[in-house]
Order: sequence, then C-alpha cells, then structure tokens
Amino acid sequence: MNLLDILLMIPAAGALLTLVLPADNPGLVRKFALFVSLVVFLFSLGLAGPVAGNAGKYTFETNVPWIESPAIRYHVGVDGLSLWLVILSTFLTPICVLVSWRHIEDRVKEFHAFLLFLLFGVIGVFVALDLFLFFVFWEVSLVPMYFLIGIWGHDRRIYAAVKFFLYTMAGSALMLAAMIWIYNRAGTFDLPLLLDMLRTGQLSLTAQEGFWLFLAFFIAFAIKVPLFPLHTWLPDAHGEAPTAGSVMLASVLLKLGTYGLVRISLPLFPEAARANAGWIIALAITGIIYGALVAMVQPNMKRLVAYSSVSHLGFVVLGIFTFTQAGMDGAVYQMLNHGISTGALFILVGLLYERRHSLEIADYGGVGAVAPWLSAMFVITSLASIGLPMLNNFVGEFLVLVGAAQARFLYAVLAGTGVILSAVYMLWLVQRAFYGPAPEPVRSHVTDMNLREWALVTPLIVMMIWMGVGPQSFLPSISSGSRQVLELVLDQPQTEKPAQEVAHAR
Amino acid sequence: MPVSFVPTPQELLRFSPEILLSIVATALMLAESMLKPGSRTKLAAAAFLALAGAVALAAMAAGDPGPAFSNLLVVDGFSTFFRILVCLAGMLVVLISANYLRQENHDSGEYYALILYSIAGQCLMAASNELIMLFIGLECSSIASYVLAGYLRDDKRNNEAALKYFLLGSFASAFFLYGVAWLWGATGTTSLSEVRRLILDPSSGASQTMVAAAAGMLLVGLAFKVSAAPFQMWAPDVYQGAPAPVAAFLSVGPKAAAFAMFLRILMTAFAPMRERWEPVLWAVALATMVIGNFAALHQTNVKRLLAYSSIAHAGYVLVALTAMSDTGAAAAMFYLAAYAFMNLGAFAVVTHVAGRGERHVELADLAGLSRRSPAMAAVLSIFLLSLTGVPLTAGFFGKFYIFKAALDADLVWLAVLGLLNSAVAAYYYLRIIVMMYMHEPSAGMPELPAAAAGLRWALAASVAGTFVLGVAPSLVLDYANASAPLLR
Repeated sequence: MNLLDILLMIPAAGALLTLVLPADNPGLVRKFALFVSLVVFLFSLGLAGPVAGNAGKYTFETNVPWIESPAIRYHVGVDGLSLWLVILSTFLTPICVLVSWRHIEDRVKEFHAFLLFLLFGVIGVFVALDLFLFFVFWEVSLVPMYFLIGIWGHDRRIYAAVKFFLYTMAGSALMLAAMIWIYNRAGTFDLPLLLDMLRTGQLSLTAQEGFWLFLAFFIAFAIKVPLFPLHTWLPDAHGEAPTAGSVMLASVLLKLGTYGLVRISLPLFPEAARANAGWIIALAITGIIYGALVAMVQPNMKRLVAYSSVSHLGFVVLGIFTFTQAGMDGAVYQMLNHGISTGALFILVGLLYERRHSLEIADYGGVGAVAPWLSAMFVITSLASIGLPMLNNFVGEFLVLVGAAQARFLYAVLAGTGVILSAVYMLWLVQRAFYGPAPEPVRSHVTDMNLREWALVTPLIVMMIWMGVGPQSFLPSISSGSRQVLELVLDQPQTEKPAQEVAHAR
Repeated sequence: MPVSFVPTPQELLRFSPEILLSIVATALMLAESMLKPGSRTKLAAAAFLALAGAVALAAMAAGDPGPAFSNLLVVDGFSTFFRILVCLAGMLVVLISANYLRQENHDSGEYYALILYSIAGQCLMAASNELIMLFIGLECSSIASYVLAGYLRDDKRNNEAALKYFLLGSFASAFFLYGVAWLWGATGTTSLSEVRRLILDPSSGASQTMVAAAAGMLLVGLAFKVSAAPFQMWAPDVYQGAPAPVAAFLSVGPKAAAFAMFLRILMTAFAPMRERWEPVLWAVALATMVIGNFAALHQTNVKRLLAYSSIAHAGYVLVALTAMSDTGAAAAMFYLAAYAFMNLGAFAVVTHVAGRGERHVELADLAGLSRRSPAMAAVLSIFLLSLTGVPLTAGFFGKFYIFKAALDADLVWLAVLGLLNSAVAAYYYLRIIVMMYMHEPSAGMPELPAAAAGLRWALAASVAGTFVLGVAPSLVLDYANASAPLLR
C-alpha cells in the first residue's frame, strides 16, 4: 500500500463517510468534505517530488491481480504525464467545495459525497495502467457527474445530464468492445505489458484491425474531449451544471479524453494514429475556429465559456497529433492551463450568478464600478484564457503552435486565428459585463468578494501566474512523459529537446 | 443395464431438493387449514426454510454428481448452479411477498406452495437430461406460474395477466412438445446425448430435415419461455398485470430455468448443428435486444418498463448463447445470476412503492422518491445502474463477459450492436433515476410506510449480491467456467 493507493482510498472512504453524517447539519458536511479534499490535495503533493525525479517511468506502482479470469489487474502508477493531472484534480476539489459553500443548500450531504466520489473516479482514470481498470474508473466518474448536473443544475439540467450520460455511454460501449478485442488477441489488459508485446512483436495488429480499434477508442475519447463535431453535449452540460460541476467538468473530466488519447490511443496504435492524423488535425482546427466563433455570439456566460473550451481543447488535440515534442508538451501543459483558467472563469461566473441570479450577459454591465476586485480577477483570468504572455495559456498555446508549425506551417496559421478570436470573445464579454453603465439590479445586488471567495480565487490566480512565469517547474516532467509516448508513436528515440524554446520565447 | 424403477438412496439424495420442495409445498396447503388466521407468517417462514434447505441439499448433492432415475436427470455443476440460483431467487421472492400478501389480504399457504412447486419444476428443468423430463419440469414450473400470475383473483389486471400467460404459455408448451415428438420420430430417442450421437453419426439414417424442423419447433417453444423476439409479446402484459412480487419471480426464476434448458439442449443435442443455429440465434438475439430496449423507451408504467427491460436482458443472454461456446455458457450463467439480484431488487422497491392495491406503479409516482424515502431511491438507483451496466456492479461484469464471449466467437457485429443497445438502455433506466432525484414529489402522494423487515432483508441481500458480483465476479464466474464444459 503506497501513497497512490491511499490517495485513491481517501476520497472513496470520504464519500461513504459523508453519507453517514447527520443530514441536519450541512455545516459539518461542508467542513468534512473540505477537510477530506484538502488532505487528498496534500497527499497528492507528496507524489510530485518522487515522480518528477523519474518522470519517464511509473512511480508508486502497485500491480496486484483483481480478477483471475479474464486477467484483470489492479495496476496503478504515476508518471510525468499523469502527475500534474492528478494534482490538478485534487487541487480543484477543495476549491469546488468552497465555491459551493453558499450556493448548494439542498441535499448538501449527497452533493459532497458525489463530489468526492467524482474525485476518486478521475484520479483512478489518471493513474490506471490496466485498460480494464481504466474503463472502470472512466465509467465510475460518469455517474457522480450525472447526478451533480441533474440534481443541482439550472433549469434545463435534466436534459443536459441525460445527454451527457448517453453521449459518454455510447462512446464507452465502443471502447469496451475494442478493449475486449485487444484482450482476446493479447490475453492481457495491462497497458505496459501490451506495449512490451507490441514492441517485441508478440502482439501485432493488422493495419485494418489497428484502424478499427484506434477508431473505437478515438470516438470514445473524442466525445469526452469533446472534439468537433461530437461536442454538442458540452454547452448543455456546462451551461446547466452548478458551478462546482462546471468546474470539475471543464477542468478535469474533459482531460480524461485528451489523456486517454495520449496514454492509450497513441502508444497502442501508432500506425493508425499516424495514418489518421490528417483528418483529426482538420477536425481539431475546425473545432478551434468553430468554438471561438460560436462563443462570440453566446448571450449566456456559461455557454460562452463552454464554447471557449471546445476551442481550447482543439489546441490540445492539435498538439497531440502533430507528433512533435513541442506540440505534445504544449498539449499536456495546455490540459493543465485550461483546467486552471477555465475553472477560474466558471467560478467567477458562478460568483456573479450568486449575486445577480442571471447568466445572461445582457443583464450585466458596469460590474467593475461596483465590484472592482471581482472585476480585476475576472480580467486577469480572461487575459490568461486569451493567452497573454506571462500567464499560463500562453505557454501551452505557444508550444502547440510551435509543434503545429513544425508539422505543417498552415496548421499553425489556421490555429493561430483561434488565438485572435479568443481575444475577441473574451474581451467583448469583459467589456459588456464589467464596463459601461451599471443597471439598477447590478448596483443593488453585486457586491465585491468576501473572504471565502478570495480564498478560492487566489490559488487559481497564483497558479496562472506561476504556470505562466515558471513553466520550468512543470515542463521537464511532462516532457519526459511525453517523450516516451512520442518514441512509441514515431518508433524512434527522441532527442533531448524538452520545451527549451519556451524559455527563449519569453 | 437392467432398468430398475426403484430409486437407489444415492439417486434420492441427488434429487433431495426437489423432493423436499414438493413435500413442503404439499404440507403447506394442508397446514393452512389448521392454522389460526393470525399466524400465517409461519407459512412464509416455512417456505423460506424449505428453500434454504433445498439450497443446502443441492450443494450437498453436488458433492456426488451423476445421473439419476435411468439417466432422465443428471446432477452436474451446471444443474447445481441453476438449482441454487432459482432457490435463492425463490427465497428473495418469499421475503418480498410476505408483506405484500398481508397488505392485499391474500396471505395464504397456497401462494407459497405454488412458488415451491414452481421452483421444484425449475430445478427439474435445470437438471433434466431428457426431453420428456424437461417438458415435465417446464409444465410443473409453468402451471404454477400461471396460477401465481392471477393470484389476486378479484383483481381484473391479475385475471387478464393470468389468462394471457396461460393461453400463450400453453401454446408455447405445445410447440415444444410437438418438436419433441418430431425429434422422437426422426431419431427414436428423447435422450439429449443420444440425439447428439445420432446427429453426428451419418449412418444413423436420421433425416436432417426432420431434425432441423424439430429443432425449429423446440426453438419456438424455448424462445417463448425466455421471452425472445418474435415471441416476446406476452411478457409486458403479464408482468404489468401480475402482482408485483410474482412479476419479480417470473422475470427471474422461470426465465433462468428456461435458459438453463435452452443452454443444455443447444450445447448437447444440437451442438453438431452449430452452423444452422447460429444465424437464427444471431437474428433472434439482436431482435430481442432491439425490441426490448426501444419499446422500453416510451413506457410510463414501471412494471411494464421493467418487463421490456427484461426482454432486452434476455437478448443479451441470447448473445452469449449465439456464441455457442463454453465461455458463452459461463457468461450466460453469470449474467442470469447477476440479473436475478438486480432485477429482484428493482421489483422489490417497486412492490414497496406501489402500495396497497398497486396504485402507484406509474413512472410519475416515483417523482421525488429521493425525498420521500432516500434509502429506497438509493437502492433502486443501484439496481438500475447495475441493469445499465455501470462498473462495480454485477450488471457490468455480466455484460462484459457476454460481449467478451461474443467477440471470442468472432461475432463482432453482434457484440458492437449489443453494446450500443446497452447505451440505449441507459436512457430509460436514467429516466427512472431522473424521476426519483430530479423531480419533486407530486402533491397528494401518501406517506410511504416503513419497509417491512422481510423486504428490507431482501433489498439488503440484493444490494450485497449486486456489489459482490460487481467487485469480485470470480466468486461466481469461476464456478460457472468450471461447470459449463460439463454440459455434454
């Protein structure tokens, strides 16, 4: 039993314990959930040191049989690819508890139990090294999110929750079929073992097999990412979820898809990945531009941020399928950036909603005059989201664009327009909501941030700046993780060239 | 070997579960007239203990496997699995029924006696090695079930259900029997292993056409009993009309036994005709899944919805049968065990929520159940998620093994279509969860009484079964894997 196993156990145990707390004491439930999530966060920080020192390999590995026949193993481990995604999830959970402190008043116990259970599921996905275990956690993370949207969401929550569930379920059905196919060929679900077998030729997939299997996994992941044109569940789910749900959904759950691409699709099906990169990149770029254009015309803030996610995640997919070191590093880094900055955007929009009880941009205006600090935080976050240098998104997007340019210059040009468009929709949002004359309801309802709200926004702002100024704290471990993947995809050792360019770029 | 009609003690021991069940069932009918009206709970207790005893005896008999009664019956791992399964399901049904019958003022020994007779028949179905014996087991189970479906004789819905079940069921039995007769005409035997030998032996002179026609008729009868398309129409009406605990029973016990019978016939006698069966089963399995799932999408009555869902689940099991392999048989066995827990559990909750006279069986009546009774809503959600096939529940591994078996047998399209079907199924199971958790209770719903002890135990056992099979499936699967090859 190592640190990682404990890290998986605490949120699961916490979720169960939350359920047995007295129902008439919501304060206690909130404090308990906050405590558990903070403990998980602190424990997860313990992963950073050992993993970063040895990021190309799996650390904290546990590998014990779960089911004998078919051979399914509880095989978990962390490497440079998953490390920061785990920490991102544990970092955001206490913030989600805090952001729901006032907002969630109904069925507080169930809410926090689901939130902790969701954490259990997503950590599991990021650390699972057995395909089957990965699938189990993948599905397990679906259920609490469904309830979070469906019970505590806005008006059209039921439609959004069911749509979310069914989309993911359809994708997972294909993924499960593909996994079983692989198992029938190889006799194992163990990912490192499968990669070994592929390398030594014990397992070889025909081109046709490889294509169909790749496609099955790809559809499952692309739905989750979501990649254009499979994104239509996302604006609904985001738009209707409660703040904490939107944050977890955007910041963590979408990353399950992109993580799956990097962890499973590319290494297992390198030929198919290379052969199909063309149209996937085309979809990614379409998504970048389409998401941005649609975001521009959204009257609803949450939906605007949701469409901006479609655009941002397009960058991640683009980076991954350039098969360059810079692109891959940028993609993984961008997963974290998007988690921080979009999470912050949803939180700030949530704070506005708690005050004014509206998500329509038209209901706002002049917030800057009545709540200057709130506006300042929003502006910083928007700038980060746009990709202003010195803030986090810049680094990721820059690396992705470098990678895209290395692959084909046209990709970089087209994707670059997404960066410009993001400035348009974000700044326009800021202008309409925070400047200009403040209508009467805004003046009477919108107040500036209180202590609790500072406590949950500050860490996010700090991270935006840290990840923008000091990417060297994160990138080396990401690079060594992604170099492993690249070697498998390109079938050749990669030279040591981790995102050095970033340092120069700044 | 000279045929002796006097059973040896060994044979009697092998069939002690059926003997015990029949004796207790008869005793219950007699005892009822001697009991004071207030002490009817003793009858339920006696039935429960008889079933528990039958489980123990079946487990004991498994230590000494072999044929009995001139090879008419056989005790092997396969029959033991199904005997224990139907008896356990019977125990859960008894627990669910006790309070229901009291509530409907119909508490009587007759009910429990019928359940026991039916289960004895199902045990025989699982253990028969010969077509006539199979038919006797089938009828024993079916006739008791017909009566049970119409048990509340003053209730119109019950009467309709019973009549429909009886007419269509007898029709199916007739088909089955006619098939047996044809097979006998073609081969001169009703023993499954003999039939297999004669089909394999080209010099036997058995007409392939005759055998195939007989097989077709057997298939019709079996498809009826497992509610497979295109013979599934009776199931929704019967499940909806029958008393809720009986519907629970019908969806699990007789169905599991019918599948046991289906498997045995398919894997022994007709295994050599694999190529002919496969396309038929393929189409039947797919049609059953599609009809069950798509029809369930629009249902507003929970019992009817669960009936269509049970048709869809029969479709999944048929996918395992289509694979016609040992892994397929094991997957079907595991699935039926998993299904027994989750479906009985779901029906148990419906029984409780329905209230006196089953007035509240519409989907809308479940609105806001999470507020009226958080525990009931939570356990029903667990069963529904398991029926959907979410990991860490029994239903997930059930589906997993079935579709794995299908892929093993190169039935790629059937597996993919089946998996997509289970995504469709998620929709209607979610609808119930949506009702319970995301809608407010409608005004004027009566307060839900606390659940009776029996029902609570049944629910606890079902939840435990659902999770145990979902986390440690090897417990059952290893046994199923070990006993599936014994079929021949």
